[in-house]
Amino acid sequence: MDTLSHLAHGFAVAFTPTNLLWCLVGTTLGTAIGVLPGLGPALTIALLLPITYQVAPEASFILFAGIYYGAMYGGSTTSILLNTPGESATIVTALEGNRMARSGRGGAALATSAIGSFVAGTLGTMGVAFLAPTVVKYALKFGPAEYFSLMVLAFITVSAVLGSSSVRGLTSLFVGFVIGMIGVDLQTGQPRFTFGTAELLDGVDVIIVAVGLFAVGETLYMASRRYAGKDEIVPLKGSLYMTAAEWARSWKPWLRGAAIGFPIGAMPAGGAEIPTFLSYAIEKKLSKHKEEFGTVGAIEGVAGPEAANNASAAGVLVPMLTLGLPTSATAAIMLSAFQSYGINPGPLLLTAQANLVWGLIASLFIANVILVVLNLPLIGLWVRLLKIPAPQLYAGILVFATVGTYGISQSPIDLAILYLLGAAGFLMRRFDFPTAPVIIGMILGPLAETQFRRAMTIENGDWTVFFRHPLSLTLLTLAFVGLVGPHIWAWIEHKRTRGPEHVPGDA
Amino acid sequence: MLNRRKFLTSTAAVGAAGFAALHFTPALAQDAPQIQIFVPAAPGGGWDQTARTIDQVLRSEKLISGSQITNVGGAGGTVGLPQFVNQWKGKGNSMMVAGMVMVGAIIANKAANNLTEVTPIARLTGEFEALVVPAESPFKTAADFVAALKADPTKVPVAGGSAGGSDHILFGLIAKTAGVPAANLSYVPFAGGGEALSALLGNQVAAGISGYGEFSEQVKAGALRLLAISADKRQDGIDAPTLKEAGIDVELFNWRGVFAPPGVSDDDKAAMIKLVETMAKSDAWATECKNRNWTSILLAGDDYAKFVTEDTARIGAILKDLGLA
Repeated sequence: MDTLSHLAHGFAVAFTPTNLLWCLVGTTLGTAIGVLPGLGPALTIALLLPITYQVAPEASFILFAGIYYGAMYGGSTTSILLNTPGESATIVTALEGNRMARSGRGGAALATSAIGSFVAGTLGTMGVAFLAPTVVKYALKFGPAEYFSLMVLAFITVSAVLGSSSVRGLTSLFVGFVIGMIGVDLQTGQPRFTFGTAELLDGVDVIIVAVGLFAVGETLYMASRRYAGKDEIVPLKGSLYMTAAEWARSWKPWLRGAAIGFPIGAMPAGGAEIPTFLSYAIEKKLSKHKEEFGTVGAIEGVAGPEAANNASAAGVLVPMLTLGLPTSATAAIMLSAFQSYGINPGPLLLTAQANLVWGLIASLFIANVILVVLNLPLIGLWVRLLKIPAPQLYAGILVFATVGTYGISQSPIDLAILYLLGAAGFLMRRFDFPTAPVIIGMILGPLAETQFRRAMTIENGDWTVFFRHPLSLTLLTLAFVGLVGPHIWAWIEHKRTRGPEHVPGDA
Repeated sequence: MLNRRKFLTSTAAVGAAGFAALHFTPALAQDAPQIQIFVPAAPGGGWDQTARTIDQVLRSEKLISGSQITNVGGAGGTVGLPQFVNQWKGKGNSMMVAGMVMVGAIIANKAANNLTEVTPIARLTGEFEALVVPAESPFKTAADFVAALKADPTKVPVAGGSAGGSDHILFGLIAKTAGVPAANLSYVPFAGGGEALSALLGNQVAAGISGYGEFSEQVKAGALRLLAISADKRQDGIDAPTLKEAGIDVELFNWRGVFAPPGVSDDDKAAMIKLVETMAKSDAWATECKNRNWTSILLAGDDYAKFVTEDTARIGAILKDLGLA
């Protein structure tokens, strides 16, 4: 009950007209920067840090929280409409979302992502308000060994997105590993695959890779087919928003996405990308409409990951508010804003700065409402983008991708990488290699590597650590079951029914 | 439809108004100069905060009429440095924020440019480092830690920032003083302060080394035990000995300072030194330092140049021991 009275007090702080206005400014700004690839919430908040000298702490944190949540909403818009992810957490959304847009259901994809984000964001914020101290206790149990086992589990589950041919899918995955390794190795400080280029020492930004492979590659592919193909504009099919059937198919993925995203977001090294991969893989496994995945676009594949990334955004706030642990770039910058007010974020933050923290949490609820109200009417406007004839639309995407990439670090090298990857994406499409595994490999590969080597350093090379830690063992067992389970199941089924000999396919 | 459009334009207007309000700063007295600050790091990090605090204090003290901050991030500052050396050459009224991390990065990345090419203005702040252990740890003092390190360094995993950074350097220096070969150390680098901290709170490593500010709140809350700090003398309000007092002859400040571009005139250099010194002695600067856990270690002009040379030699030697140079 203590929590409720704190929360009520928080709403009293957040509901003052000035703070509401800051919340509105923050969410609007956040949506805008989420739409632009390259401009992320961390950078935006960093640029706005000087306002901490001018306004009250409550107001600036409400503004920052609005930007943070807004970016998660906005990022999905370009993923769905233009196949150009604005944030790394919305890369998976592009997979099904863009297919849906191209088969005339762009409105529904946008609606399910906005409403799913609202549902998951609200659930996640409730998690922050009520469960934070408990969740953080478990999150801290995750050491390098546990993270590595989680990555193993993630690798097994994401094999679902490898596409129809395992060889091609794995090839793409390994290309992603290599790209992910570019830069200074954190563990030893040695540069890898940088070829003496200082700009490559920090590695390649995952957004550039996603935009290059998806948007630029797609554009080149469309351009190459112009002579053969006919110019078609996909008419909007059905209702602008979601149909009853689409609602029915969306609500479970929203809840599952929130359940996956929140705890992983709360883990110090969890991040927002892994829950989206896991959610996508699970939805694909559970869906009754598997044939829509990768063809016309399945709404579950948008609803789940979108819910997951918003819930994980809330999860990130758990270690930040309970322990003062910044576990993402955005959280780190928000913590430095605390410092410019002379507030030292730490384990005592929740008690010492109750007004501020609960005002922030209350404003997160309000931000969610504002965002869904802001985004639903915008859908009607966004889907009109799809009525632009292909040549103009793709030219626009190219400009958008270029400007966004240049915005990340104002580096011409980044642009060269973008177009190189665009060319690679074109070739991959042309020869039927899936591009999504590249991104997955790029994100998961280095994480798995780092955690594995950390675990080995700590344990002095004793690899039994992965089986000695109960959490790690559980995750590995789950991975093992996920790997061999379906085969054993199929074998049992086969024995039982004594059906005709199974003809091995190419899968 | 009209309503929707009206709604859209009004939200856009609010956003734009908000943005304008944040970026518009009234012009101050015209006689004060405009300055340009070059930050060889992305917005948000230590150098960027230093630059923005410098800007803020200079303006509130009416020492400048305005400033422009340029960020060119990457590779510990070694991406930005060549740009500052080549494109900012001879520009008066401009400065670059840099520090110990860049000295290490230049050596480790074998960068083409180094700090001898720019004009040292002043060292401003330093953050001393802290050696901490989880509350449940058997190590009660820094001596316990060193004894365990001497017995078997592979059994004492220590968490800190990226390989070759200030945390790693301090660990190397401690080990060197204790006579433990640097190659045997079990150092676990983490990308951000948060991750290293959670490894400590989760009891996954034996000890941690980072800037004192990263740990201070956890120490106050009793979640971590502070064994020693790397400052030159005891600090007010911090209940821990310096490494030297604990019998480990090591002192380390993760310092930050400012440099003018190469080829500036002596007048410009003198004016810049005066400007920065006046700022660093102001009350506003002292308040900011206190809020941010920065120790003011002002050192200007030629003394600063000498210090940079010495520190480069010291860091180069320890990075060689750690196998990074």
